[in-house]
Amino acid sequence: MNMQLQALDDFRISTRKWLEKNCPPSMRTAMVQEEIVWGGRNPHFENPESKLWLERMAVKGWTCPTWPTEFGGGGLTKEEAIILNEELRRINARPALTSFGISMLGPVLLEYGSHEQQMEHLPKIVRGEIRWCQGYSEPGSGSDLASLKTRAELQGEHYLINGSKVWTSYADKADWIFCLVRTDFEVPKHSGISFILFDMSSEGVSTKPIQLISGASPFCETFFDDVKVPASNLVGRLNDGWTIAKRLLQHERTMISSFGLASGQSDRGGTTSTVASLEGAAMHYRGDREKLSDPVLRDEIAQFKIDSAAFALTSQRSVEESKHGQGPNATSSMLKNYGCELNKRRYEILMKALGSQGLGWEGDGFDDDELLVTREWLRSKANSIEGGTSEIQLNVIAKRVLGLPDILSMSKTNDK
Amino acid sequence: MALVLNEDQQLLKDSAKNFCQQNSPVSVLRRLRDSKDEIGFDQNLWKQMLELGWAGMAIPEAYGGFDFGYSGLGIVLEESGRKLTSSPLISTVLIGATAINEIGSEEQKRELLPKIAAGELMLSLALDEGIVHCPNRIKATATKSEDGYRISGEKTFVLDGHVADKLIVVARTSGETENAEGISLFLVDTGLAGVNISRTWMVDSRNSAKVSFDNVNIDAACLLGDENGGFAALDYVLDIARIGLAAEMLGSIEEVFERIVEYLKQREQFGVLIGSFQGLQHRAANMYSEIELCKSVVRAALAALDNKSSERDEIAELASITKAKLSEVFFLVSNEGVQMHGGIGMTDEFDIGFYIKRARVAQQYLGDAAFHRDRYASLNNF
Repeated sequence: MNMQLQALDDFRISTRKWLEKNCPPSMRTAMVQEEIVWGGRNPHFENPESKLWLERMAVKGWTCPTWPTEFGGGGLTKEEAIILNEELRRINARPALTSFGISMLGPVLLEYGSHEQQMEHLPKIVRGEIRWCQGYSEPGSGSDLASLKTRAELQGEHYLINGSKVWTSYADKADWIFCLVRTDFEVPKHSGISFILFDMSSEGVSTKPIQLISGASPFCETFFDDVKVPASNLVGRLNDGWTIAKRLLQHERTMISSFGLASGQSDRGGTTSTVASLEGAAMHYRGDREKLSDPVLRDEIAQFKIDSAAFALTSQRSVEESKHGQGPNATSSMLKNYGCELNKRRYEILMKALGSQGLGWEGDGFDDDELLVTREWLRSKANSIEGGTSEIQLNVIAKRVLGLPDILSMSKTNDK
Repeated sequence: MALVLNEDQQLLKDSAKNFCQQNSPVSVLRRLRDSKDEIGFDQNLWKQMLELGWAGMAIPEAYGGFDFGYSGLGIVLEESGRKLTSSPLISTVLIGATAINEIGSEEQKRELLPKIAAGELMLSLALDEGIVHCPNRIKATATKSEDGYRISGEKTFVLDGHVADKLIVVARTSGETENAEGISLFLVDTGLAGVNISRTWMVDSRNSAKVSFDNVNIDAACLLGDENGGFAALDYVLDIARIGLAAEMLGSIEEVFERIVEYLKQREQFGVLIGSFQGLQHRAANMYSEIELCKSVVRAALAALDNKSSERDEIAELASITKAKLSEVFFLVSNEGVQMHGGIGMTDEFDIGFYIKRARVAQQYLGDAAFHRDRYASLNNF
């Protein structure tokens, strides 16, 4: 035990040293939207130091710290990964790479992929060489995801894929897609789905961006017209894709729940922006100095911050508990739901704090922060829809955590 | 910060849970209520709790306790909250012993703490004067006399006041009514001339009393802590009490919720289990989420109390977060407890009513959610 602790201490010291030496100065400042690194075949580095930072982290495998070294990962234990994370936070380091490959596809490939698939795809995810997108929702299949109709028909060594997806984030920028397709139309809907990977530059793939109520967005519609995909790209067993799909959703929900966490944390200040904290914004726009003069708003902000603090502690507790157990489970639904509702609340309160200055759409009457609040407020409405609506999360909690009976079990229409 | 219980704590929790389940079902409280029991808690049960060491849980070993920390005491409170176990744990152990241990002189600690741990001394805090909690609004006075002080004033919501041996009285030695400055604490024997205690019958059947002091003469040695400067120490003791009370509330909340979920799985209407209705499922799932947050804040606050490097400000903030959150969620879950049980939830024969009654009293005691949101905002400078 002591030796183990000693080893962890040594790891912390060497990690700290390495980070001090290798993390470029501008990578130790708060992330700005335009400088997020997504990687891909044609990577974009707004800030040249981001490129350096990614390369250095990728060599260590620390973009995916707990993945096996065989696949380019860091090969760290959970304890070591926690230390690495703490040390990164200590110097306020930016994520070297952000990708759906890391947060969604990678974990399920590690669990369900063949060795060949792991060898082919995981190292490229670690190094940020391939950018992935997620082909899940369809125009007729939202919450009832399993009713999806995009079809894949086996023709010799290939599948022929036809259909369309919607809400595909960054489909127009992604290199590959992980996609749910129907491979059997004769069986109950959950039993005829497969999980398949293919290149977005394949012939027959096209995309079209979607304009949201908040303005331009990364979302796209994606169309497949006789797309030829090698049969070996199917992950897991044929028609068993729903198992993988659900597992991936748990990873996605864990990722999304961190938005709520972030909303609590950013609230602790650290930037000079007038809208960085709710109470700061409310007092600034009212010209209050010592105490917020609107008692109703003050109470609402206090309640929000109390819930945020309680939520942050709950996320922390779930990490501590999962150290003993497995990966994400049904509590990811609870965290996703609560985190998203918190984030929406935060923007609603921020709107109240800014008064009419929070109602601008564009132009010189408003500063950049104010305009961003309007857009982000609108964008936050999607938090409780994407990755499974809040209603679906509540269904999952009711069924899987509380063990309540399923009224729809007869019709098998609801199981996301 | 450790948000998961360690092995010793888990053992304590299991044994406390077993004990309360076997020896203290809600029917015990019902019997005490129906018979208007003079003492108001089961003495035999209390004796057994003493044997288990519960009264000395957070008291240091040097003073006859078991040094299990506030986390240990919190675990016991949580489990006794599940069954609404009636005992002097809150009045004497959580608040009384904590006040002596945190504020008392070496002599006071040596004299009183071992007696509390052994169950030989019952204490109660005489703080509130008005209908809402406001610890700095103190009118009761303690004026200097030849041998010590003379106390006059009126107190309400004095838990277990009718059976206490000593009261910890918060009185003003100087300053205006709303000033934090000028507040002092005193240990007053309940047998002294001029102390008038009348029991109040509360809706939740927890023992409480109103106490009046009519020129009560006490010795100078009865001062607890600093003269005039008692408020900061009192506030810290109150924070510990708020966190401990929240732990007890958590147990009650968990019990109500488990009963709700169980009922949803067995009650049939329209030919199906009512738990299959989405209108009820979502409400249950929301409660589950809120309760998860409650568990986290209670664990975090208890752990912070036991962490020697915690700052007072940090504790104050955590205490207000915890009491505000638990008060809100106990309100929610106790209301749903009645509603989701339907007609049977309204009957006195069914236990759920005891919980909604306890909820309202516990919500208010030591500050309700609105009090703590206001305090949280002030602590955070807005």
